[in-house]
Amino acid sequence: MPIVSPGFTGRRQSPDVQLPPGQYLTEDFPVLTAGPTPRVPTDRWELTIGTEAGEKHTWSWQQLMELPAEKITTDIHCVTKWSKLRTRWKGVSLDVLLEDVETAADFALVHSYGGYTTNLPLEDLLDGQAWIAYRFDDDDLTPEHGGPARLLVPHLYFWKSAKWVRGIQLLLEDEPGFWETAGYHDYGDPWREQRYQGD
Amino acid sequence: MSDDHVDGNALAGDLREIFAVDLTVATGQCAGCGYRGSVATLRVYQNAPGLVARCPHCEEVVLRLVRAPGRAWLDLRGTVSLEIPLDS
Repeated sequence: MPIVSPGFTGRRQSPDVQLPPGQYLTEDFPVLTAGPTPRVPTDRWELTIGTEAGEKHTWSWQQLMELPAEKITTDIHCVTKWSKLRTRWKGVSLDVLLEDVETAADFALVHSYGGYTTNLPLEDLLDGQAWIAYRFDDDDLTPEHGGPARLLVPHLYFWKSAKWVRGIQLLLEDEPGFWETAGYHDYGDPWREQRYQGD
Repeated sequence: MSDDHVDGNALAGDLREIFAVDLTVATGQCAGCGYRGSVATLRVYQNAPGLVARCPHCEEVVLRLVRAPGRAWLDLRGTVSLEIPLDS
């Protein structure tokens, strides 16, 4: 019997796990927030996708629940250098929400309850890469982690996975969001270590 | 005070690296609501990719400070002005 437990400790990294450069593994789920945590009851929650032509598509919580949902197991990578592996979520694919939205936009600016924003190319929201997630680890998503619903875009640094999502504005021109206007990278690919502007 | 943020004195070290004076004693005016108070009275959210200082009156963002190796970004768009006391 080994004297030392083989469990994860601190920044030690299992040799068979490949992480993006500069990241370390964590087993817990750190809570990062740039402001007070919004508490949005589901009977007052809605999600709006707006197009560059001014058209709006809105879903209530009930309507979101009636859409086909997927279970997602994915690794997530925070720009503050922690990564968490095999996180389990449930949510609605953006492919479903954008299916009937007519747009020529190339960019999206995501808005949250509480005022947070983040931008990304529209193509990064499509083709099974992004979800509106409302369950985590078989439980309702807590407000601390972005509940009742957050964006989940796990192939980009996790600041792009906006908590408390309330809208997605589709745009012809890129418009930097909250962290992207304060030094962080416009795209944020963890595998290319795009943390800051110019990386 | 809520446990998700600390007061503006948490900005002292990072601001001192950029400015030659202690800016936490400067009097700032919030661009959102007009509140005037010392930088030390701001509400600072530091469990984040940068420091986010919010107005204690209206909770709008008044100052953001992001540190990267070898550089920093200071965003003051939420601040009308900073009145900085100087030796006369």
